Amino acid sequence: MTTQASVHEGGLVRRRRRFTLADKIVPVFAGLAFVYLMVPVAYTVAFSFNQAGRRNLVWQGFTLDNWKNPCGAPQVCEAFVNSIQVGLIATVVSTALGTLVAIALVRYKFRGRTLANLLIFLPMSTPEVVLGAALLAQFLSMAMRPGFTTVVIAHVMFCISFVVVTVKARVASLDPRLEEAAADLYASPWAAFWRVTFPLLVPGILAAGLLAFSLSFDDFIITNFNSGSAFSTFPKFVYVSANRGIPPQANVLGSFMFFLALLLVVVVQLVGAARRKRHARLG
Amino acid sequence: MSGDGAVLHHDDAGADLVLEHVTKRFTTFTAVDDLSLAVPQGSFFALLGPSGCGKTTTLRMVAGLETPTSGSIFIDGKDVTDAKPYNRPVNTVFQSYALFPHLSVVENVAFGLRRKKVPGAREKALQFLELVELAHLAERRPAQLSGGQQQRVALARALVNNPSVLLLDEPLGALDLKLRRQMQVELKRIQLEVGLTFVHVTHDQEEAMTMADTVAVMNAGRIEQMGSPAELYELPRTAFVANFLGQSNLLAGEVVSTGDTLGVDVGGNRVHLPAVRAVSTSGNVLVGVRPEKLHILAPDAEPEPGWNVIDGAVLTDVSFTGVSTLFRAEVAGLGTLAVFEQNRTGGPLGAPGDRVRLAWDPAYTFGLDGDEDASSGAAELAEASRALA
Amino acid sequence: MSIAAALSTEAKHGPVGGPAQAPPARKARLGAYLLLAPGMVYLFVFFVLPIFALLATSLYERVPGTELGVYEPALRWQNYLASLSSYYPELLRSFGYALTATVAALLIGYPMAYVIAVRARGKPLLQGLLLVLVIAPFFTSFILRTIAWRQILADESWVVGSMKFLGILPPDGRLTATAFAVVCGLTYNFLPFMVLPIYANLERMDTRLVEAGGDLYANGPTTFLRVTLPLSMPGIVAGTLLTFIPASGDYVNSSLLGNNATTMVGQAIDRRFLVTLDYPTAASLSAILMISILALVLVYVRRSGTEELL
Repeated sequence: MTTQASVHEGGLVRRRRRFTLADKIVPVFAGLAFVYLMVPVAYTVAFSFNQAGRRNLVWQGFTLDNWKNPCGAPQVCEAFVNSIQVGLIATVVSTALGTLVAIALVRYKFRGRTLANLLIFLPMSTPEVVLGAALLAQFLSMAMRPGFTTVVIAHVMFCISFVVVTVKARVASLDPRLEEAAADLYASPWAAFWRVTFPLLVPGILAAGLLAFSLSFDDFIITNFNSGSAFSTFPKFVYVSANRGIPPQANVLGSFMFFLALLLVVVVQLVGAARRKRHARLG
Repeated sequence: MSGDGAVLHHDDAGADLVLEHVTKRFTTFTAVDDLSLAVPQGSFFALLGPSGCGKTTTLRMVAGLETPTSGSIFIDGKDVTDAKPYNRPVNTVFQSYALFPHLSVVENVAFGLRRKKVPGAREKALQFLELVELAHLAERRPAQLSGGQQQRVALARALVNNPSVLLLDEPLGALDLKLRRQMQVELKRIQLEVGLTFVHVTHDQEEAMTMADTVAVMNAGRIEQMGSPAELYELPRTAFVANFLGQSNLLAGEVVSTGDTLGVDVGGNRVHLPAVRAVSTSGNVLVGVRPEKLHILAPDAEPEPGWNVIDGAVLTDVSFTGVSTLFRAEVAGLGTLAVFEQNRTGGPLGAPGDRVRLAWDPAYTFGLDGDEDASSGAAELAEASRALA
Repeated sequence: MSIAAALSTEAKHGPVGGPAQAPPARKARLGAYLLLAPGMVYLFVFFVLPIFALLATSLYERVPGTELGVYEPALRWQNYLASLSSYYPELLRSFGYALTATVAALLIGYPMAYVIAVRARGKPLLQGLLLVLVIAPFFTSFILRTIAWRQILADESWVVGSMKFLGILPPDGRLTATAFAVVCGLTYNFLPFMVLPIYANLERMDTRLVEAGGDLYANGPTTFLRVTLPLSMPGIVAGTLLTFIPASGDYVNSSLLGNNATTMVGQAIDRRFLVTLDYPTAASLSAILMISILALVLVYVRRSGTEELL
């Protein structure tokens, strides 16, 4: 158990504790959990180098062939490209729509605000099965054939809420006095928005866009319901191939996305750290 | 009638600011109630009052960030009541500075000039940064500056636009005591140098009195009294002003004789005051005298001829601070009086329990309406002092 | 902007310099409506209307004598009873698995969030790295991850082999195609949803409160129970909601890692919709799922007193 010896160190009272069991256990446990998180990722990356044919189940030897020829298996690249295309369009549209909504919700007082907030919250709290099924029912009743368009429409729909929540947090953290200061300094509302508000929102908008893209790229259930038989995205391709045998090229593409995203995140972190160091307070 | 249009120009350094019967009502309460005032060109004007008295709302209406429910605002003779903030020749130094975090210091200062498409904006901005001695930090971001430095940038950012009226919304509130004192001197110096009209909103009565030419004391949306700091201090017209600006002893009494000099019976003691220094000259009144005007008379000492004397005071508290002593004296039927004695003779002039007499020159007495609450303003002053600590 | 900062979604109050103040109310309602219009209209057309379409479909009636998938508008409320009676095992199972997975995710995820927020406090690079590790699995397709688990836990894998060798598993036991695997999959896939809100909450926690607790209670576990845990409740509530809701509707884990006896509601809906074209049943099941989730969430949020989350 802990001792209560307090040591005064130059004004700071530091508590010197004998190391409890808990002190050691928690980080170890957490460390194991982190490893556990990475296991399937490591497995996926590892098996992208497997010398396997259609079925990538048993390790047969190391090869770079899959990486050299990622489109070797039929339909893999087609599905992958579809996912990218859908993701990009859905990201742009949902981010644009969602940002406008977020600004309105935070900065304006109007009747129906609670209702608007509810409408944003509902898609996030509805299970994907229900969303997918509902959209399919709607498309069928509108006599729209499921395919690329319906998938994009669906993705935009479920991304908007997440964009709104992300950007809302950013808008809320903006000091509204800044816009007042801009007006005080002869900026028209338009100029105030472009010169002050928007530049400060950009990090939040980018974060929202990244989130939207990841959600869209990784979506399976809603896509499955609304893509019909002909159109396939990457997750759908993998799922459908699961029983037949997932080609190692799918692992390659999956690993590729992983490393790309990892790289992006690490770069952002490093840039942030460098900027922090450069702007360190000199008093 | 002016309205949206080109930025209003002025020729000289500062301009008159006139508010006429300005009222601001929010759904739940009235922040500013029929307020009228005139700020002469080139003066340093302070709006003083406790939090919630409406002074910030008034300032915001002058800036154009709030619209009055009724009344008019004139700058330099032109009606700006409906003009948008970006069309008024007014700039504000915000309480939280509101510096743009994504712009460098010099770009912050140049912001207003750029919006007005003034040529040579950057050079002018650097000039004003020199004025506030921050030119060497021009390329830094606001986040890298200390509180005092940010405050000076905010000042430069407002000044560089040469506004008709400069509004300051408690700009020194976030600074520590020493820095605050420094900045008070600085601001006064800059105002005299540049010659603009400054309107300074604060709840610090010391600050208002040291910096301003004219002070308006606000309470609950109205101006209680307006005048020079000395006027307000020596001759308050309401209990609020008496208690909010420094300390006052307010004694309830009844007028017994009138004329050029009023005679008032205060708890059995007869005191006098000039009639011109009284708000009401009959019936119940509050007789006021500042603690530093009171003297403690030794039992055998004779008071000066004509001086007011209060008998039967018992000292209950003696706080010797070195440079002065603050006494509290209880008088039966009158309550507690505060006495402030400068340390001229070395050591306190009494000890708790002493029976003494209190005397003062009637010329320093002031009279207030007897129906007023004698404690009005005292709590607000205490709160404001705590906020400054 | 570091990840750690980006994820502290709550406003770090205090603009550059000086005390923060309450924002003034804006009156220009027209501007608000203009900004809202595109997004709201979109959601109305592609969320609200479809939900109504779904609800309407749930009441449709089969047209006798036609091929699969032909229905006529009706008010057949019995559809709901029929769905409920046929599929209540799947419904209960879905909620059961989701609940188990949520609890497991909480037990695993809380220490992770704690380590990142509290132990790594003041070391933004380390915090960023750990957060990246938490989010990184997201970057691989979730299907690929789940398949990976299926392969890792397959009968022929060395994991199962060593477990059998060590006696943890009986010789004829298996891990895949079991309810256990399904719950493991659910836990794994939704773990980041649990960790991130708890992390965000703990990150904002005032450590002096914990120190004060240590001062008062003089012992680690009690301080944790009395001070840290209650303070992190909003994060826990958010995390459990973000985990439970999608988990109960999920069916990928169940279909890849489970067997016929582990079917969840999602699979039933999928099959009814896309295979047997039994739209009314699928729709009514969806409606039942949605309503029960909403009800559970409302009760839960009321009881934990964090309505502001919504």
